[in-house]
Amino acid sequence: MATPVKPIRRAKGLSDRAIAWVFVAPSIFLLLAVNIFPLIWTINLSFTDFKANRNRDVEYIGLRNYERILTDSDTWLTMQATAHFLFWTIFFQVLIGFALAFLINKKFRGNDLWTTIIVLPMMLSPAVVGNFWTFLYQPQIGLFNYMVTFFTGGDPSSFSMIGEVALAPWAIVIVDTWMWTPFVMLICLAGLRSIPGSIYEAAECDRASKWRQFWTITIPMVLPFLMLAVLFRGIENFKMFDLVVQLTGGGPGSTTEVTSINLKREAFEKWRTGYASAYAVILFVTVFGLASIYVKALNKVKDR
Amino acid sequence: MKRRLLLSTAVLGALSAAGTSQAADLTLCWAAWDPANALVELSKEFEAESGHTMSFEFVPWPNFADRMLNELNSGGQLCDLLIGDSQWIGGGAENGHYVKLNDFFEAEGISMDDFAPATVYAYSTWPKGTPNYYALPAMGDANAWFYRRDWFENEEIKAAYKEATGDDLREPQSQTELLQIAQFFQGREIDGQTRYGASIFTERGSEGITMGVTGALYTWGFKYENEPGSYDMEGAVNSPEAVEALEFYKELYETATPPGYSDSYMEQSLDAFKSGQVAMAMNWFAFFPGLYADPNTGGDNIGFFVNPPQNQAGSTLGGQGISVVSYSENRDAALEYIKWFAQPSVQATWWELGGYSAHNSVLNDPGFADSAPFAGDFLEAMNDVQDFWQEPAYAELLLAMQKRVHDYVVADQGTAQEALDKLIEDWTEVFEDEGKL
Repeated sequence: MATPVKPIRRAKGLSDRAIAWVFVAPSIFLLLAVNIFPLIWTINLSFTDFKANRNRDVEYIGLRNYERILTDSDTWLTMQATAHFLFWTIFFQVLIGFALAFLINKKFRGNDLWTTIIVLPMMLSPAVVGNFWTFLYQPQIGLFNYMVTFFTGGDPSSFSMIGEVALAPWAIVIVDTWMWTPFVMLICLAGLRSIPGSIYEAAECDRASKWRQFWTITIPMVLPFLMLAVLFRGIENFKMFDLVVQLTGGGPGSTTEVTSINLKREAFEKWRTGYASAYAVILFVTVFGLASIYVKALNKVKDR
Repeated sequence: MKRRLLLSTAVLGALSAAGTSQAADLTLCWAAWDPANALVELSKEFEAESGHTMSFEFVPWPNFADRMLNELNSGGQLCDLLIGDSQWIGGGAENGHYVKLNDFFEAEGISMDDFAPATVYAYSTWPKGTPNYYALPAMGDANAWFYRRDWFENEEIKAAYKEATGDDLREPQSQTELLQIAQFFQGREIDGQTRYGASIFTERGSEGITMGVTGALYTWGFKYENEPGSYDMEGAVNSPEAVEALEFYKELYETATPPGYSDSYMEQSLDAFKSGQVAMAMNWFAFFPGLYADPNTGGDNIGFFVNPPQNQAGSTLGGQGISVVSYSENRDAALEYIKWFAQPSVQATWWELGGYSAHNSVLNDPGFADSAPFAGDFLEAMNDVQDFWQEPAYAELLLAMQKRVHDYVVADQGTAQEALDKLIEDWTEVFEDEGKL
């Protein structure tokens, strides 16, 4: 018996493949227009001395922009600031996020309420969070300094979290950890809840201690989830911009000038468009390369 | 009858169309601050006289440059008139953002000789000092100081100062005296509260710390170039005097400012003063009318002084000129506004409302110096103002200075000599890219 589809196909003269293309084409077009074309155009601009705010001829200068960026000590300092921020935020977020997930995973009264309260910070806008913490960090009126000096004694205005070179990077790490630990917690919680209870029951039968169950069952089975959380946070924090701008603006000096802030200054304040394009390409390659290696490792862990 | 009706309708329609084509809705773009509110008041007169309506786009200072330069660079038609920073004039002219006003000035009998020479040079001309005008001086301004007159005149405090320093407490006559006074107030308890010396500019993101530091640098004799127009900076930018001035500013920051003032500009300076934290504060003259009118810290409680000299007199130039944006569809109406604004009577009202006129008829008026407690200081400051580079690449030059100076003063990295040496390297690279070196 003939299906009703065939006569329609014949009427329109379209094959299955053609229909598929009709549906997929708009998405492909959008992808090309919004992602691929700008990427190619950026790569093209990275070999020029183009300045978007100037009416002058554009010259192709080969790899000069790349050479200048990679030999500029300031570039490496911003990379260093970014690496410091990345490492410590991920370290604390994974540690605290997993611990919180482990606690929340236990059945206790008010479990849902605590989960909601813990998750609240990640619902806020980074700009709002940055502004809010700027006030908390104020040496004279800020609650943070009072809290610290309440336990340590001393004058609350004796230190400035966002005004001192030694403290400013940590000020950002604290805020980002406060804000995004819940995200890691949720992913870990999903991992913990995906472990079948029968595995623990079997371990109990084999008289495995809780500690052994934790290291041989819980950690290995949550590891892919943890690695996924690290991937998400790593990519996000590599691009971190708004929170840092609100809190320190890259200062004091250039202590907290992460790569995204540096890139924004080059592109939209100095208007060195060609140079900034090369910078963006370098960052893209870095993130893409690191993420690819990481995803391979993640897949290996998953397949174990 | 029907025909007559149609004819009269057509005539009315034509008249109405003609009317709307003459009356324009002009948008004037500026920063969001006290003088902008005064300009709104002033412009009501223009609306009544011309039949045009005025809209205003005021952007907070920290975002002002970003927002407006993006608008100009994209050929946007948001602004018909723009009161842009003095440093933008080079880029505005060379990139075709601003309408050249020479022919218009000539046709309308507007003479630049009627405006204070320093303001014409800084706000209007490109290349600098040539008779090519891209703006009408709109708002004269310079960086200066204000202080707690009530504390300075307090007998107990005066005696304590005399005992501590051997000098009389007074408006500082030099940069070093300013430092001494600020250090005296630092951490001092007055009326049961801890007070601090001075609020200065240390902001990193836009132009703050550069505007503050140059206030010291100019008084020590800082020059951008050995010969104007040569871009020869070695020995000028990093002269021993410049190094000393930069070291002075760092000492002022470290020993005489409130805790945590590592990123402060106009707003933070005003807040520190109004909340009673500091004895002295630096800021632009533009804010002085508002400060004087403040019921708590204004009136008899406040005093004003020009940036004190050291080796020479010098003040950092602020202020802006008003330009017609070349992408405007209302160019004629915008020019009409400039013509109206240039009138001496309008300039007098502008000063009365809180704007700083640069017109000679206002500034040279015998009563001007006594017309406000800060008017005399304003005249004095405008005689010795210096401005940052006004090159088309000024943003690159500015950001380099922001970085080098903030790294040294606030982040305590390296020495003053190293900071200025690196600044020359940065600036040399910019001028090389520009083909000027």
